[in-house]
Formats: sequence, structure tokens, C-alpha cells
Amino acid sequence: MPFALTVLIGAQLAGEVLRRLLHLPLPGPVIGMFILAIALVTRAQSWVTPTESGPSALDKTATTLISNMGLLFVPAGVGIIAELSILQREWLPIVTGLLVSTVLGLVVTGVVMHRITRRANLGAVPSIGDSSEEGVR
Amino acid sequence: MFRTLWAPLALTPLLWLTLTLAAFAFGQAVQRLCRRSPLANPVLIAILVMVAILKCTNTSYAEYFAGAQFIHFLLGPATVALAVPLALNLNHIRRSLHGLGLALLAGSLTSTISGVAVVWAMGGGRDIALSMAPKSVTTPIAMSLAQEVGGVPALTAALAIAGGIIAAVIGQKVLHWFRVDDWRSQGLAAGVAGSGVAAAQIAPLSGLAAAFAAIGIGLNGLVTAFIVPLLALLLPLK
Repeated sequence: MPFALTVLIGAQLAGEVLRRLLHLPLPGPVIGMFILAIALVTRAQSWVTPTESGPSALDKTATTLISNMGLLFVPAGVGIIAELSILQREWLPIVTGLLVSTVLGLVVTGVVMHRITRRANLGAVPSIGDSSEEGVR
Repeated sequence: MFRTLWAPLALTPLLWLTLTLAAFAFGQAVQRLCRRSPLANPVLIAILVMVAILKCTNTSYAEYFAGAQFIHFLLGPATVALAVPLALNLNHIRRSLHGLGLALLAGSLTSTISGVAVVWAMGGGRDIALSMAPKSVTTPIAMSLAQEVGGVPALTAALAIAGGIIAAVIGQKVLHWFRVDDWRSQGLAAGVAGSGVAAAQIAPLSGLAAAFAAIGIGLNGLVTAFIVPLLALLLPLK
């Protein structure tokens, strides 16, 4: 747990530093996510290799955080309370725009991805969790 | 000495922190009672409960946030944590890189342009349209983009979360109608259209979906950061 938190917050810190130095338009945590992902597939593979007693400490902490991520959006979401006047004034375009663009974005992304990967994987559909076909690509 | 060390949280921030946790636990209990239906979204329930409490007690958002910020802070490490499913599923991602790029670009363009177009066509103000444009990306990116192009950052944050809730609530159902039934496409669509909130709904169901949602969130932020300023230039002043 302390190790895992150090890794996660350390990557966030590294992301934040990089953002300030290079004036990147992305927030620190997102850059931190890419930094950690790169580390985990190159030098730090052992951090996520399962031990005899199950998933690694980093894997466990990450899974806990991700499966409770919804909670973390509540404080920002309650911020809607400060915008109720705009919402009251222009609720119709806001609600319609929100619904239309979210559903369209969802469907377009899902359908394009599904069509292309199905065509690419015809006959060789990988099952979830399967990592044995490394050289197949 | 003891007293100064042992008073890190005053009473009211601690109260709002506790109530936020309790509201979310309540939302989860409701979802369990509804047999884990995505319609009973715990994020939505918790936000509604908290807004009602703040309204009834006449509490300002700033006062509330003094306590709730401790939960808000964890968004950073949680976003970084998405790197773990990303790394563990690297092989799947590499194999579908081609589809991933195209789907991401198509989805980003569709959701930003359609959001702005609908608000514009229905007579919404320019500031509303520009607040809508970056709403699909993860909340912190969305807010900084809105600020940059002349939207209202706080409104964008609310829209980003509301859009995420919509994607979380109806996403899987809508994708099933279009016969999108693999975890990769569902995860990516959740990440691109609903960012973290929708990812939170789908990630516990499958590690593969979590990995593609993580990619969707990260890369959509990148793509949208380029699209939104361009869109703002094209949008005529009213």
C-alpha cells in the first residue's frame, strides 16, 4: 500500500512537473498515467507481475481506486449547485446538446472500433485476459 | 502541543466529508437493491442527495468543498492508476491500434461538433456552446479547455460529469442496440464519450474494458485539446 501510493502520487508529481516544464495542454495526472504506463511496460514490469499470493500491491491499490472512481467525481459534480441560474435560463439547449453529443460520441466510437477490430480479428478473436499470443500480431 | 497537532480538520469540513462518503455509500446500496442496474447510478444519486442537503441547509459550495476536497484530491492518483490496466492489456491495445486511432478521432469530432451545433441551433449562447465543446474529456482537461476558449469552466465541469452519467446509465444498452458487444469497443466508447464517470461504471466489469477506457480518456483529452480551439475560431460571434 505505501509503495503503491508512492508510485501513483510520484507519477502524478512527475506529470505535473513535465506539464509545467513543457507547457503541455494536458493535466498532470493524465501525463502521469502515460509516464507510469510506459514505465510498467518497460523497466518496471515487476511492479505489476502477480505474486504467489495474488495480484501485486500496485495492481491491488489501482483496482481499488478504479472500482471506486465514481465517488471521486461527487465533489466536482456537486459544483452544479453554483451554476443553477445558467441551467434554469438555458436548460433546453443544454440538456439536448448534452444528450445528443454524448449518445452520438458513444455510438460513433463504439461502432467504428467494433467494425474495424472485428474485421482485423476475423477468425482469431482473443479472449479476455489472454496474453499468450504475443507474437501473433 | 497535543491540541495543535490533533486538529487537522475543523468540524464542518469533516461533516461534509462524512456526508459525501455516506451519500455515495447510499447510492451504491440503492444500486445493489436495483440489482446493479446502471440506471441507479451511485454518482448521480450522491450528487442529488448532496445538492438537496446543501440547498436545505443554505450551505455555499465553497464551504462544502473545504471538506469534500479530500475526496476530490484522489481523482489524481485514480487517473494515474488507469496506467495499470493499460500496461496489463498492452498486447490487446497494440493489436487494435489501427481501429483505436480511427474510432477515437471519429468519436472526438462527433461529440465536440454535435454538442456545439445542437446548442447553437437551439439558440443557446456562445458561452454555453463553448462550455459544451470540451465536455466529453475528463473533468480537469475539460475545465482548462473551456477557460482557454471562453466557456464557463464550472458549467463545463458539471456538463462533463452529467455527460459521463448519461454514458454510464444508457451506454451499454445503446451499444447493444448497435450490436457493439466486445469489451474493447465498449470500454473505448465509455472513455471517449463519458470519460472517468462512464469508465468507473464499466471498469470493474472487465480489465480489458478498463484498459481501453483509460486509453480513450487519455487520448481523447489530447485530440479534443486540438479540436476545441479550432471550433472556437470557426464559431461566429452572435
